Amino acid sequence: MIENPLLRHGLLVLAVMYLAWSLGSLEIDWGRTAQGADRAGRIFSRMFPPDFSRWSLLLKGVTESVEMALAASFIGMILAIPLGLCAASNIAPKPVYLVARGILVLTRTFHEVIIAILFVKIFGFGPLAGVLTLVVASISFIGKMLAEDIENMGNRQMEAIRATGASFPKVLIYGVMPQILPRYLGVSIYRLDANIRHSTVVGIVGAGGIGQTLSASFSRYDYDFSLAILLTIIGLVFLGEFFSNWVRGRLR
Amino acid sequence: MLKIEALSKSYTAGIPALDNVSFEVAEPQVVAIIGPSGAGKSTLIRCINRLVEPSSGSAILNGENVTTLNSAGLRKARRRMGMIFQEYNLVERLTVMENVLSGRLGYVSFWRAWRRNYPAEDISHAFNLLERVGLTGFQDQRADALSGGQRQRVGIARALMQKPDLLLVDEPTASLDPKTSRQVMRILVELAHELNTPTLLNIHDVPLAKSFADRVLGMQDGKLIFDGTPDELTEDALTFIYGEEDWSPEATAGSPEPEEGISSPEKATAV
Amino acid sequence: MTDGTAEAGYPDIWKRFSPRQTLVRYLWFLGIVFVAVWSVRHLDIPWFYFLDAHVQVADLAVRMIPPDWSYFDVIAQPLIETIHIATLGTIVTFFIAFPLAFLAARNTTPNLATWFIGRFILVASRSVNTVVWALLFVAIFGPGPVAGIWAVAFRSIGFMGKLIAEAIEEIDEGPVEAIASTGASRLKVLLVGVLPQVLPVIYGTSIYRWDINIRESTVLGFVGAGGIGIQLYASINQFAWDEVSLMLLTIFGVVVISEYVSAIVRQKIT
Repeated sequence: MIENPLLRHGLLVLAVMYLAWSLGSLEIDWGRTAQGADRAGRIFSRMFPPDFSRWSLLLKGVTESVEMALAASFIGMILAIPLGLCAASNIAPKPVYLVARGILVLTRTFHEVIIAILFVKIFGFGPLAGVLTLVVASISFIGKMLAEDIENMGNRQMEAIRATGASFPKVLIYGVMPQILPRYLGVSIYRLDANIRHSTVVGIVGAGGIGQTLSASFSRYDYDFSLAILLTIIGLVFLGEFFSNWVRGRLR
Repeated sequence: MLKIEALSKSYTAGIPALDNVSFEVAEPQVVAIIGPSGAGKSTLIRCINRLVEPSSGSAILNGENVTTLNSAGLRKARRRMGMIFQEYNLVERLTVMENVLSGRLGYVSFWRAWRRNYPAEDISHAFNLLERVGLTGFQDQRADALSGGQRQRVGIARALMQKPDLLLVDEPTASLDPKTSRQVMRILVELAHELNTPTLLNIHDVPLAKSFADRVLGMQDGKLIFDGTPDELTEDALTFIYGEEDWSPEATAGSPEPEEGISSPEKATAV
Repeated sequence: MTDGTAEAGYPDIWKRFSPRQTLVRYLWFLGIVFVAVWSVRHLDIPWFYFLDAHVQVADLAVRMIPPDWSYFDVIAQPLIETIHIATLGTIVTFFIAFPLAFLAARNTTPNLATWFIGRFILVASRSVNTVVWALLFVAIFGPGPVAGIWAVAFRSIGFMGKLIAEAIEEIDEGPVEAIASTGASRLKVLLVGVLPQVLPVIYGTSIYRWDINIRESTVLGFVGAGGIGIQLYASINQFAWDEVSLMLLTIFGVVVISEYVSAIVRQKIT
């Protein structure tokens, strides 16, 4: 696949050197790792059969996760509009554009869990921190998509509306909105699906939802309950994806 | 009615796209602007309603200098200038009626515009205009379902919906076939005359300009170099506007418009 | 014409939507608002926290500035470890996702059962978040980067496997048939007919996943699976905000650079 033999062998040598270096520099407790297979066997045997007897706790966690996802998607969807408009170079003035793009890059770079733990420190444990985390992630995601759609849309239609003497807000609702609305709704629904997936992890740092239940069960070595939670999460994610695909299919 | 004084525009410093253009339209007439591509026709039209900001000079509409207005004043002035575009520029996903009614956006409140709740007089006027442009019954069709000629007729209705004091028309037929072009031009010119609306019309198709315009302006390299009646647009005048050397195969290779408009002026008058 | 009355002979009413359509639209709108409001209310959010949120944030900002630059000596090694976890995890993924994709692609899988197994593994892998996988692997291998590497790999398998399988399903069947008609074995057909066509996709998705994994690796330490997350978690719990801000800055730098590198390399490949 790589024609030059020197380059091909060079890359191979480099790869081996990298492996040696990285494995050598990692602080790996080989003794502990060697017990892995053994431990995995024990953990898996304790996982089966999954324990659904505490279903009320499970249901509470799932409901909280779904509610967090719904609330965050709705708030994020609305707040993403001003951010998206500000981050579109063909609408926003240069300084506004740069600030908005900066916010987008900053919020996109940090993993949700990092944002979640900062919110937990500010607002304490519970779903509020989780909702805020998902709101930030949603604004960032939908806002970026919106900005790109606005930049890629036809400026001609906007120009025509401007030429009628319409004010900026009216240019937005007649010249911009009809062009981007279908995609915006689609992206928002997709984000709802993503929020359901992410709502299962923010709980691990104490930001509410099913993740908190999962984390607690793991720390208590309650592995049969953990598996029940994991299966529920997989089911939930599956449903979320199915719902999102169905709605987006209908929007088209 | 419309007075253009020393209007200039340069996109890059030192290279004028529009160079010291002055003229006056004193009566409601259809004024065609012809000239090779890149002559500044489109820039001239867009500098009048300031979709393109002129570098210097002034455009005075009914005694009001549009070039010095602030943004609120400019919006008020734009309400009085209807514009028709080469690519129709309809809002594709909106219905024909919404597109036509958008001509009234400068007059209705945001909330009414949002709810599509336009005054009864606007709606009946829109139906009237749709009938005039031959689109009765099309009001609920989406704009992207229409043919090019139909779209341009919606564009005309939208511009007239503003009840404008001036019509700015940018290459209305450049995206249409010859037959549709003539239909669209006929509707446009008829309505402009009937409503006594002065019309500034960019057009590269000289035969169309000669058969529909009351007056012809010729432009070249951003300068106004011809101003006369269609009859005065002789072969010599055309050569003067488009330049003889531009007809050679090498020179016209990059800009086909002058070629198709000019190559046979005799035929053009015969159309 | 401008006397403010409708023009005779023309309708003066036009509605964008029929009453039925209007009703349906309002119902949708109300439904969405209702669900959102109900969700927020049911969550029992203590709104009074917001009263002093700006004070808290300002306080946090003050404590974060300036970052404790001297702490960089402590986090340099964990930062490298973070990158190693992402890289090694992606390499492991490469070797697992690759055969799995052939199992999960309709045109290369041996039979329906293998296809179903392949698909199921891909879906299960994608449904569980990296951090959740890390919880599991920390329990298995104990705290440390090994758990992190496996967590990264197990989440990435589904992602890469799915994309590669889709690429396999979209290949040009021409060369495959030509090679099969020479009487080559099944493995030879895969190696010579299919592989060259999907290799660019495999490299591309590997690099793409690598830069996502860098971002994921930064938080694995929160559950003990190695990388800078361990130090970040410790500093946050000790309220050492000047250390936190330094780590956030370096994480930002590493993530942005890896995204840039990934974009450049992918551009070169395709």
